[in-house]
Formats: sequence, C-alpha cells, structure tokens
Amino acid sequence: MPRPEVQAPPEIFYNESEARKYTTSSRIIEIQSRITERALELLALPNDGVPKLLLDIGCGSGLSGETLTEQGHHWIGYDISKSMLDVALEREAEGDLLLADMGQGLGLRPGVIDGAISISAVQWLCNADKSCHNPRLRLKAFFGSLYRCLARGARAVLQFYADNVKQSEMIVTAAMRAGFAGGVVVDWPHSSKAKKSYLVLTCGPPSLNSSLPKGKGQDGAMCSDDDESDDGSGDEDGAQTVGIYERNRPKKRQKTKKNGKGKAWLLNKKEQLRRRGREVPADTKYTGRKRKSYF
Amino acid sequence: MRLLTHNMLASNARGAVTGYPLKLQVVKWSTKEAEPNPEFLRGMLPKIDWPALVAATQALGLPELLPEAPPTDAELSAEGAAADEGSALRRLHRALLEIHIEEGALVCPDTDRCFPISRGVPNMLLHEDEVRN
Repeated sequence: MPRPEVQAPPEIFYNESEARKYTTSSRIIEIQSRITERALELLALPNDGVPKLLLDIGCGSGLSGETLTEQGHHWIGYDISKSMLDVALEREAEGDLLLADMGQGLGLRPGVIDGAISISAVQWLCNADKSCHNPRLRLKAFFGSLYRCLARGARAVLQFYADNVKQSEMIVTAAMRAGFAGGVVVDWPHSSKAKKSYLVLTCGPPSLNSSLPKGKGQDGAMCSDDDESDDGSGDEDGAQTVGIYERNRPKKRQKTKKNGKGKAWLLNKKEQLRRRGREVPADTKYTGRKRKSYF
Repeated sequence: MRLLTHNMLASNARGAVTGYPLKLQVVKWSTKEAEPNPEFLRGMLPKIDWPALVAATQALGLPELLPEAPPTDAELSAEGAAADEGSALRRLHRALLEIHIEEGALVCPDTDRCFPISRGVPNMLLHEDEVRN
C-alpha cells in the first residue's frame, strides 16, 4: 500500500469517506492511543497533578486528543483536513479545534503553550503539494512558530514517518535551526512494522537535565509486532521492555544423497513381480549394475 | 472555540506586525459546563492577555463578567472560591473554559483579515499570497 503522502495532499486525501474510515478503524484507534501515550511520556511534563495546555498538531479526528483529555489536559488541535475536523466535532472532541496549515505557521502568541505533540503529521510537510510549496520554507515556518509559542523549558514531541533518511534529516535540521535542542528517539528500530520515530524537542538552551531519553526495543532485542503491550512503567531513561530473541535452532543433519536404490532393492522388486505372475528377467551377476555409457 | 484559545491566537498573515489580539465578532455562542480547576487557572493567569479577554467578554455582551484588572493570586486561592458562583475564580473559569464561540469571525487588528468561525472551528488557512516567506 503506498504512503498517503504520495497519493494526495492531506486536505484532499482525507476526504469524507477516508476520514470516517480512519476514525472507525479499531486498529488505528489503538495505535494512535499508544503512540500518544508514548509521546506524553517523552514530553516529561512535571508530575504535579496540574493540567497543562497542550498543542495537538495534526489532530485529525481527535483520536490523539482523546488521550490527552483522559490524562486531564486541555488541548488545542490543528488540522488541515476539514473532513477530519468534522468527524472530530461529531465525536465531540473536548479540545478546541482549528482548521489551519502548520506549514504556514501556527499563529499563536509567544510563550503560552506548555507542550506540544504531533502524531503522524510532520512528514506531510516534506511534500510539495502546490507550486508555491517549498518544503524547507514550510518546515522553517512551522518550527519557528512552534519555538515561539512554547513556554521556556517546554517540550514538543513529534512522531513522524519519514520516507527516507533525507526526509528525516531535513526535519531534524529545520528543528535545530529554529533553536530547539533534542533529537530523534526511535522505538523498536529493528522492526519495520513497529518502528516509531519521535522528534523530542526542548525549548531553550540544552542543559544536563534535558538529556535525550532512550528508545524502546534497542540493544538487539526484537519486538513481536504493534500489538505487544507495554506492561512496565515508563520512566524517561528507557522503559522496561521484554525483548523476544530469535530462537537458535540447530540445523538438521543433511542427508547423504544416494545415486540409486541398490541391488537389494532391485532383487526385492523382482521377487514381488514374480509373485504377481509377471514375466521377470532372470537374476544374474549383472543384475543392478550400471549400464555402459554407449548403451 | 473557547475564549482561552481565542486569547492565544494570533494572525499569521503577511503584514501582521503583532497579529493579536484578534477582534472577536460573535454571531452565535453557547455555554458548556466544565469542572473548575483552580491550579490550572492560576497557572494560566500569567499567560492571559487580560485586556483582550475583557474585550472578548464585552463582544459577547457580558461586560460585567470580568473586572478591568486581573484577579490576584489571593482572590483565586480564596477559601471556597471554587464553590462560590460569584467569586473571581468562577467568573474567570466561566469566561475562559465554559463559553464556546460557535459562529462568527476573528479579525486581524493589523491587516483586517477575517477568519471565519464555523461550528466552533476557526478557519485560519491563508491564501498563497498571504503566507509570509
């Protein structure tokens, strides 16, 4: 299945039927919920029980925002697809919704947001869907406005699916040039299906406190698939995970290949045929021998 | 859209010097009850542009909802403020989190660009010539 970014721009790809299909898929709901929980984990909000005002960039139909609401936070959702926002209104999303293009800048006052998450949205900025679109300028506008609207010390966690290494580098470079500190955290890097990349950004100068958290499933461990549940409590420096190692089954001994079935088999076969009343040549010393090559 | 979000928004169009506070034109608005959280409100208060919030409540036809000066921390932390309907905390909570703009428009103070609000969702999309590059 080709990636949605190469099929159509997001406001066209997520039309009414696609938006509804996306939202009613229980698999999508589960994946979105899990990614959002991981993003909140990486966001490392202070554990003081006070709800925060968060951004959900590319909120779509409110699946990720639902997780934010469950955690007690207030959120403002941005999406470019009107159909997705219509589905979000139908589902009575708790957060405020905005129809906006993140490549045009977020349009927020400076220093007012406590944190930002984005689930599967930033990679759309790498595609030039219109003649006026310049991916580097759009990324610059996005990260610049994100940096301005975040409070000092706030974080942003953007989960994305890069098409290739160059796309990933373009996104990270644009974030660093906007003034962010941080980098990419990769969960399950060895699994092509379960691999998730999170761009973890800190607003403000890098310090000892803002070390980059470790991704899950590294150290050579392989995970089974997306359905693996994370039962361990997730702290910032690498959550407890259980890796499944490949079983090392010894190879079976190779059978020695025989050229034929041998004389004994032949004599036995002839005896069978005689008992059945067939006409069988007599057994001689030449029985079972190889014919000469010129035969 | 809540007034809290309106207070955060700024115009991103080319030619907008500051782009905020956006002038609020209200055609239809509603009220949805929400649980007050004093800690959240106390944390948000330093970030609120207070004159913009007062102007927004006046645009809604509620000039007496909020005073001209922002409430003090002591007023927000007063005993029983969360239960008292007339307290500064409850009035701030109602203004920020319970009032929802359903239909109307947001107008940029610098460029007079109009952003329509439909079914509670503002349309902040810019045309190609309006994007600053």
